[in-house]
Amino acid sequence: MSEALTAGKAGGEASVTDSDVLSASISLQPIRRPWGSIAPARLAALQIRLTILEQAKRAGVGHVGSALSVADIIAALYAGGMDVADPDAPNRDRLVLSKGHAALALYAALHQRGWLTREELDTYCGDGSLLGVHPEHRLRGIDFSTGSLGHGLAMGAGAALAARLQGSSRRVFVLLSDGECNEGSVWESAMFAAHQELSNLIVLIDMNGQQALGYTRHVLDLEPMDRRWDAFGWDAQVVDGHDVGAMLDAIDRLDPVTGPPHVLVARTTFGRGVSFMENQIRWHYFPMSDQEYERAVDEVRAAE
Amino acid sequence: MRRAFVQELAEIAERDARILLITGDLGFSVVEPFADRHPDRFFNAGVAEQNMVGLATGLAESGFIPFVYSIATFAALRPYEFVRNGPVLHQLPVRIVGTGGAFDYGTAGPTHHALEDVGIMRMQPGLAVICPADAQQTTSALHATWDLPGPIYFRVGKDETTCVAGLDGRFRLGGAELVRDGTDLLLLTTGSIAADTVAAAEALAGEGVSCAVLVVATLNPPPVEELEGALARFPVAVSVESHYVTGGLGSLAAEVIAEAGLRCRLSRCGVRRGSEGISGSEGWLAAQHGLSVEGLMSSAREALAQGCLTS
Repeated sequence: MSEALTAGKAGGEASVTDSDVLSASISLQPIRRPWGSIAPARLAALQIRLTILEQAKRAGVGHVGSALSVADIIAALYAGGMDVADPDAPNRDRLVLSKGHAALALYAALHQRGWLTREELDTYCGDGSLLGVHPEHRLRGIDFSTGSLGHGLAMGAGAALAARLQGSSRRVFVLLSDGECNEGSVWESAMFAAHQELSNLIVLIDMNGQQALGYTRHVLDLEPMDRRWDAFGWDAQVVDGHDVGAMLDAIDRLDPVTGPPHVLVARTTFGRGVSFMENQIRWHYFPMSDQEYERAVDEVRAAE
Repeated sequence: MRRAFVQELAEIAERDARILLITGDLGFSVVEPFADRHPDRFFNAGVAEQNMVGLATGLAESGFIPFVYSIATFAALRPYEFVRNGPVLHQLPVRIVGTGGAFDYGTAGPTHHALEDVGIMRMQPGLAVICPADAQQTTSALHATWDLPGPIYFRVGKDETTCVAGLDGRFRLGGAELVRDGTDLLLLTTGSIAADTVAAAEALAGEGVSCAVLVVATLNPPPVEELEGALARFPVAVSVESHYVTGGLGSLAAEVIAEAGLRCRLSRCGVRRGSEGISGSEGWLAAQHGLSVEGLMSSAREALAQGCLTS
């Protein structure tokens, strides 16, 4: 399989078949636990990483490290964690990518599911494209435009409350960054969701320990993150944000019907999968050189 | 007006299950008619206006029509970016109800005086901005717009009893209502200061000055053609609003005059100074800023004395 997952060179067209191959190899139907979901989710994560690198290189933009950080979380959600069989189904699960700057990882997942075409994906950051660095609700399968940190959880709480009022079983997942938890509005929403016992609201925090200008422990210390959410009345647990199996298990065990809202504090590594990007602030910003791109792709492929 | 608003909303909610009311922990003796009749569709989000507007966005995306309620400063200013990136960016039917413009909460002090809410909201594309002039117009404005597909900002005053003579509750989204005709001067007004504007026009008539009064309850979408038509008839116009002179009705009138190339001199009555920290009753504070009936009369006389534009 790894032979087939050849990422294209920057600006080239050789890559057009990569995700098509993967799309064909993964059922677009929701993969229900307990059997068979972990391996496809891992494969999905690999392809998400390759797409991130390829598209970031092609477009010449940054935010690569942030997207790599959530690749496994996104893979777990879109390859088993969420019920997303049909993007147009009113009762499918929702994802609010509150850390909107990782949208490239989401685009990669939507492409895998067949909701975004290859042609659409290839417009990433181009003139006139709906695929910017931050996600746009006009895209199929994206419900909320985000990009301003601290906004997504409030909208997600509203969507979860709506599901309850409508008697729908759909769940609402919200992916926050750890730096985003600097925003006071996050905690407004956290209080509300706990007070209303929005059991169908599931927050994942991409706990990579970095924010725009430094490490979170140096900027505004967020620890102990799980205890903070626990103190706000949430069902909080820490998971390995790169262990798709562990995340799928954790999501499966959550009670979306009764009790408090849920938060998975996902321990992650910024830039995960590319050694020279890992835990490096500069990869919040910089595009890759040709040499860096080739090395990054080699490392991601070698990891599987 | 705010009680009339909530009463009408409770009625509409009988017919449409999508209507929700969310308060930012304000509205004692105002929100109860809705909360009592529709307890499962009434939420107190606590003193957390950003979350309140974000919630409303999520609810609206799922098919609801949420009304969020607070004092105008807290409804409009604190969560402004959530309004921008939420209902405006997504074009969702969220209604932001700001109660008490300008000095309605006079003694509460400057933190409670909404003086720029209309201006900032008017800048957002696709966000209807509605400032009813009295309780009757509040009811008809809500009745006319409750199921509008896009978002709305309502600035709703506290006065439940005063009626604007000649208005009779008329409201058209994107329209303006002439409540009194005249020949010397056009008074443009919006919101709860409309009644005092009409009172000033009546008193000026006693002095032999004939004033028309146009009530502009919709600031967005702006009633451009109706403003053009009205402004073209007069050499002098005076805008009257409980708001900073920048951004609101006076600015809208200036834009229309300039863009249409009208020969009309505009004088803007509104708040021109920042707060000096001084509290007082609504009437007293309004007078300090030239917004009493006498102040408006004085401004109108000055505008007429300045005369029309020379060629």
